[in-house]
Amino acid sequence: MNINTDIGSTYLFTNKKLTLVAVMGVLLGMSIYIFMNSMLVGFDRTSAESIFKSTAHIRVYKDDELSKPLYQSKGGKSIIINPKVVPASNTIINPNEVVALIKKDPNVTIVTPQVSATIFYNVGKTQIAGMAIGVIPSEADMMFNIKSTIVEGDFDKMQNNTNAIAVGSGVAEKLSLKINDNINITSSKGVNRNLKVAAIFKTNNSAIDKTKSYINLSAAQQLLQENNTYITDINVNIKDPELASKVAPVLTTLTGYKSEGWKEANESLMAAFRMRKIVITFVSYTILIVAGFGIYNILNMTVSQKINDIAILKAMGFKGNDVIRIFLTQALSIGVMGVIGGMIMAVVLVTLLKKVYIGGDIGFFPIDYELTKFIQGAIVGMVITFFAGYLPARKAAQVDPVSIFRK
Amino acid sequence: MNILETKNINKYFHDPVEFQVLKNISFTVGKGEFLSMIGKSGSGKSTLLYILSTMDTEYQGQLTIDGQNVTGQSNDQLAAMRNQKIGFVFQFHYLLPEFSCMKNVMIPALKLGKHSMQEIEAKAYDKLKLLGLEDQALKPASKLSGGQQQRVAIARALINDPLMIMCDEPTGNLDSKNTAIVFDIFKELTSQQGQTIIAVTHDEEFAKNSDRIIEMKDGEVV
Ligand SMILES: Nc1ncnc2c1ncn2[C@@H]1O[C@H](COP(=O)(O)OP(=O)(O)OP(=O)(O)O)[C@@H](O)[C@H]1O
Ligand SMILES: [Mg+2]
Repeated sequence: MNINTDIGSTYLFTNKKLTLVAVMGVLLGMSIYIFMNSMLVGFDRTSAESIFKSTAHIRVYKDDELSKPLYQSKGGKSIIINPKVVPASNTIINPNEVVALIKKDPNVTIVTPQVSATIFYNVGKTQIAGMAIGVIPSEADMMFNIKSTIVEGDFDKMQNNTNAIAVGSGVAEKLSLKINDNINITSSKGVNRNLKVAAIFKTNNSAIDKTKSYINLSAAQQLLQENNTYITDINVNIKDPELASKVAPVLTTLTGYKSEGWKEANESLMAAFRMRKIVITFVSYTILIVAGFGIYNILNMTVSQKINDIAILKAMGFKGNDVIRIFLTQALSIGVMGVIGGMIMAVVLVTLLKKVYIGGDIGFFPIDYELTKFIQGAIVGMVITFFAGYLPARKAAQVDPVSIFRK
Repeated sequence: MNILETKNINKYFHDPVEFQVLKNISFTVGKGEFLSMIGKSGSGKSTLLYILSTMDTEYQGQLTIDGQNVTGQSNDQLAAMRNQKIGFVFQFHYLLPEFSCMKNVMIPALKLGKHSMQEIEAKAYDKLKLLGLEDQALKPASKLSGGQQQRVAIARALINDPLMIMCDEPTGNLDSKNTAIVFDIFKELTSQQGQTIIAVTHDEEFAKNSDRIIEMKDGEVV
């Protein structure tokens, strides 16, 4: 062993109490850092999962167009400047071709068309406003995992049955519907239809459960008095949802229709997530930095205690860098012990919290052993330890032996 | 042959008042010489010794050691030279208390890194034996008496077979028997090994028996 590390580790072991206090500081900071960040990953994951139960990664649709000002000549004065929504149909023209085009993108996993129709559920004389989503049931289930939200009935019965409907639990309650009951709905075009309840679903959002229902694509087209090429949205799922914001513009140029990623579609929710992330990151770093101050203080104390030793060592020919190495050995050993202890502690905390049942559609507390956070924590912890040790070590290296010997 | 040479060394302290501690110090020390430095308390002996040992670099004038001009060299260069060529025994400050006597003696050799661990251990044991401390070798340094600590410090100063050994009152804590032992060791080192000794002392007997005496008075050599 090098003489510098030898001296450093001797200081470490002869001052067991101070070492232990410093190690405990790093251990606590470290475990809480890893724990909080693993929790953040868990939160983000469950939030995304619940968003993806009603939102596709990317939605392709025809945006409303505004009329352009009429110009006298190119670049000249405008004659008419009163932009209004052009009264064009919001259908996607030639949807099969567009779907085929989107499927060619290597990122894409599922593509399914959809028609949304605003409707009324009729109960005697009263009407409840709502929204019927026309889908291809098997594809829609793959995308939104609808079956996992079904509380009664069988979503598979929707397949190829244009008379079937799956209603939200709120709708079912208000209309006192049971499986196989009939329900009458009216579309905005005044079309009336009788449908049979095949399934009842319940999401974590009661506003959705009180208004939404799934019907077959062709049933929705009939309600809107449109032919079978009428499609309002094409829902697209991709391999990595995080890439949605990047893939969406590609689809826009590819298809010529507006494509919107799920993050853009849920902007205010995303803003809340970002805030959550900022708060957790800030708090976890603060705790680590406080642990760093612990090491800094304890090393400063050691340097003051050992100032006589430092003077003797320098007189005997130890260079400034040797002295830095002696104290860095001490700091980094504390860091390594703290980091390892902190990881063990974090595993314990995560294991305990994983077993806590929250309920709702969350179930158990959404936290897991996030390897990247463990590694990240170890690196950040060691970097902080390094600087917390380097500053007192540099101070020690600058000690003037003569001024100590004169005392 | 001269091992050490000073030319017109002056040193001032500025705090609390401007004060010249050393005035035009010029002398030479030959290889194998046993030199004693005496003088009243406060005459500047320790201050001069710190300069000669290259630890204090704030002075005017020129210092040459082993034919090399050391004035103006970097701290790292000076440290490397001290490790190899100079051994120290300080006034009041001796050992690293948390290490064994053996380890204390070994540290300068481990730093030098020229010999294997076994060689260094054997050598350290020899030096401790020379000073009659072989049975204390594994005790922590803090558990020794003042005189024993001083002798361990002398053993440590010898470990790298330095060209020069500088001591600030090396026998200050020793009884007459041990003073005689240390004196004999120094005498032998200078006459047989050709090592040079510069020792600050208040012991007139010790000084009288050395090869040469330099007396200091108010910062001047008289
Ligand atoms: N850091 C300092 N600042 C100002 N004056 C100092 C400082 N160190 C020493 N002195 C003064 O310099 C003078 C010489 O001190 P030095 O320690 O060299 O004396 P000495 O000859 O070794 O004395 P002693 O025999 O008591 O050890 C003394 O007058 C002392 O007061
Ligand atoms: Mg003195």
